[in-house]
Amino acid sequence: MRYLPSLLFTHRLYDTICEMQKDEHELCTVGIGGIAGDGIIETGHTLGSMLTALGYQVSASFTYPSLIRGGHNFARISFAAEKVWSDHEELDILIALNQETITLHRRELRPGGLIIVEQDEATDEQVIAIAYTEALAQAQAPRIARSSLTLGALCRLLNLPLEALYTALQKSLKKTESAANTGLARIGYTQIQSKKFHCPAPPLSPHGAKEFVNGNTAFARGLIAAGLEYYLSYPMTPTTSLLHYLARQKEEHKLTVIQPESELAVINMALGVAYAGKRVAIGSASGGFALMQEAFSLAGMAELPLVVAVSQRQAPATGVPTYSSQTDLRFCIHAGHGEFPRIVVAPGDPAEAYLAGINALNDAWKYQVPVIVLLDKILSEHAMTSELLPAQAAHELGSVAEHPDSHYGRYAMTHNSISPMAFPGTLDTAVKVNSYEHDEKGFTVEDLPSVSAMLGKRQRKGALMRKDLTSRGGIKVSGDLKSNTALLFWGSTKGPVQEAGRDLLRPVKFVQVLGMEPFDTEGVSKALDGVKTIINIEANENGQLAGLVRERTGIRASDMILKSDSRPFEAGALASQINSVLTKPL
Amino acid sequence: MSLPLSTDTPNTWCPGCSNFCILAAFRQVLEKLVAEESLALHNVVIASGIGCHGKITDYLALNSFTALHGRLVPVMSGIKCANPALTVIGFSGDGDAYSEGLEHLLHAARRNSDITLFVHNNEVFALTAGQATAASPKGFKNKASPGGSPEAPINAPCTMLGAGASFVARSYASDIALTATIMARAIRHRGFSFVEILQPCITFSDTRRERAEKIYRLDQSALCDVLSSAIERAEGADGRVPLGIFYDIEKPTFEDDLGLVTQASPQLKSRPRPRRAEARR
Repeated sequence: MRYLPSLLFTHRLYDTICEMQKDEHELCTVGIGGIAGDGIIETGHTLGSMLTALGYQVSASFTYPSLIRGGHNFARISFAAEKVWSDHEELDILIALNQETITLHRRELRPGGLIIVEQDEATDEQVIAIAYTEALAQAQAPRIARSSLTLGALCRLLNLPLEALYTALQKSLKKTESAANTGLARIGYTQIQSKKFHCPAPPLSPHGAKEFVNGNTAFARGLIAAGLEYYLSYPMTPTTSLLHYLARQKEEHKLTVIQPESELAVINMALGVAYAGKRVAIGSASGGFALMQEAFSLAGMAELPLVVAVSQRQAPATGVPTYSSQTDLRFCIHAGHGEFPRIVVAPGDPAEAYLAGINALNDAWKYQVPVIVLLDKILSEHAMTSELLPAQAAHELGSVAEHPDSHYGRYAMTHNSISPMAFPGTLDTAVKVNSYEHDEKGFTVEDLPSVSAMLGKRQRKGALMRKDLTSRGGIKVSGDLKSNTALLFWGSTKGPVQEAGRDLLRPVKFVQVLGMEPFDTEGVSKALDGVKTIINIEANENGQLAGLVRERTGIRASDMILKSDSRPFEAGALASQINSVLTKPL
Repeated sequence: MSLPLSTDTPNTWCPGCSNFCILAAFRQVLEKLVAEESLALHNVVIASGIGCHGKITDYLALNSFTALHGRLVPVMSGIKCANPALTVIGFSGDGDAYSEGLEHLLHAARRNSDITLFVHNNEVFALTAGQATAASPKGFKNKASPGGSPEAPINAPCTMLGAGASFVARSYASDIALTATIMARAIRHRGFSFVEILQPCITFSDTRRERAEKIYRLDQSALCDVLSSAIERAEGADGRVPLGIFYDIEKPTFEDDLGLVTQASPQLKSRPRPRRAEARR
């Protein structure tokens, strides 16, 4: 796509690209394929971490079917000195741990690209043959470690220091495994003799504490930074890795992680935890969240602080479990029966997911409401070089009753409609929460004045949240702010949109919506005011964001680029689609 | 009676409802346990589901969580996990515990959450005006099944024993003394305590006469720590309905296994230690 001449072997392609590119940067893409059980995803993470440690910006995708052994797993890693928002389709190097990988991905290899594969000898000039079996025997390594051999070869090809790979392997593997893997990496490195491949140069002065991280991990780190104490979840792709990550943090961060019998148990148990005064979050795919609806509504009614991570995958029903969509925006903003204030935020990259984790937990406690952080498979599992700033960490307790006594009312009316919390176990104090409509002390009521009073209290709290949260900013606007063309998008679509943004025929304004509820009506209106062409881009069939924007602001997107086939937007194809809108006659 | 347990909420149970007996028994137990300093009121949390039984949280000035229909058990487990110093006591109904929320009951028993559940079993959905629950007898005629319910009822104590509950008992609501004795034992028990309290619904399923002929009290001098004989006892003989404690063993709780009990307050520690389970025979 936009390689500098040094990376290109054919001039024809170079010419085409020079025509298209406005701000080329050097970029390299490596694909790693094999069967489930080959450790493809782990290998991709090792490579991404290594490149990030060397100062590169990395963006990686991980594709796998819903099975445990066999099938085709594929990791694709793009890296450059500058920010890479989304990995690229065109491969420079393909690492094949089986022949099927070559069958499936050879056509994605650019002219002059190379294939690393297990073969006795090279069958053509693109193939670099490595004797896997001998190397395994030599290093006394198990079959799953073959990928380390290829990473060693890759380091040699790209002229990257083998020590960086050793460090990355040692970080990601158990001590007992890392010796065999580093041994294999060395063998792989030494097997490559003649062929050299150009590697983009890392930035001269890499700045900040960058790391290679996916959205789930970043979000979990945000929760921890805001004082998470309990995490409950029932396993479901793509939130399973969130459960696994937090379970690993149990000791270090004094977390209690529980996997109850069902999503219904998860959310009801979490409400018990919140009632007893502990900071709790739960997570599920949208299908699991569908099971939680009644209790989500209870969180609103009982004013219990709860964070829910909802990661979208392809749906309806069980759908295509390991692939993505953005089909649950409407579902989440309207989640639960009845009307009650809630927060729904949709981060678009790992750094935003980290901040969303921090804000979600603090806001849940500040306003005593359920908060949804809306993710998707791509954001949850694909990884990017990111900076998670410790300075953003904050642990806000919310409004806690100072000296509760026998007069305490869990739902006491206050100037801002937020009732100070007390928790069971407080001397002389009865803390009563209720799924029925209730009075200030939590007793069930049905009489009109009491019902109206409590409905009004929750409505006023919603209005306060709207004011506070929209002043914090629910959108991000970038690019050419004066452009009469805007790209409207949300969630992980941010990656391909930003990446496609480099290849557009004219400058545009980027409008990313993060705050879905409360919705920043004023901010979005202002951002789209006077914009002639609004191109709405999302991964669903109905343009859910475009519909929401129109509902809340009256502004209608003029063009739609929608993709609902479960596969991610490819930045290159997306740029062509946007360009065709930009060049169409008015 | 000295504890300030009463509330201003008018009681809307039907006049003559045996829920009053269950409430009376529970108040007696609280008086007793507080008097002997094995419980402090502020550390008690009661929870209820939805149904006639569920109103009990409005009638007691205690920490309370009125949950959704069928979902109080996970809420209770959550409260206990979040603060093991609390004594978490739930009130549920046969519709609430056996029809809508049965899975939670099985899993709470299996994981031995240190919580206590009293199920008001009147064998009918009373608050929705008389339909069959999972505890209604086969052939039970009601507006939703005029020809009689086609389903056989669950024997909940047997189910709980199979699921791994460490304390399983059954009482009869109008026998307030027996109910209070069993309740006190259940609350003291460390682990998941399940008590089914049979009761008539004097409006929709008045079983007083036939029940009086069928119930019998178990000989409680026998040991209650052998599962097979506990199941046998809970099944009852000749279609009759046994009352008493079927099973009472000690085993690690969910909170123990999660490593949470180190946070326990002196309150919990001062509870009498349960006797050790004898060797199984």
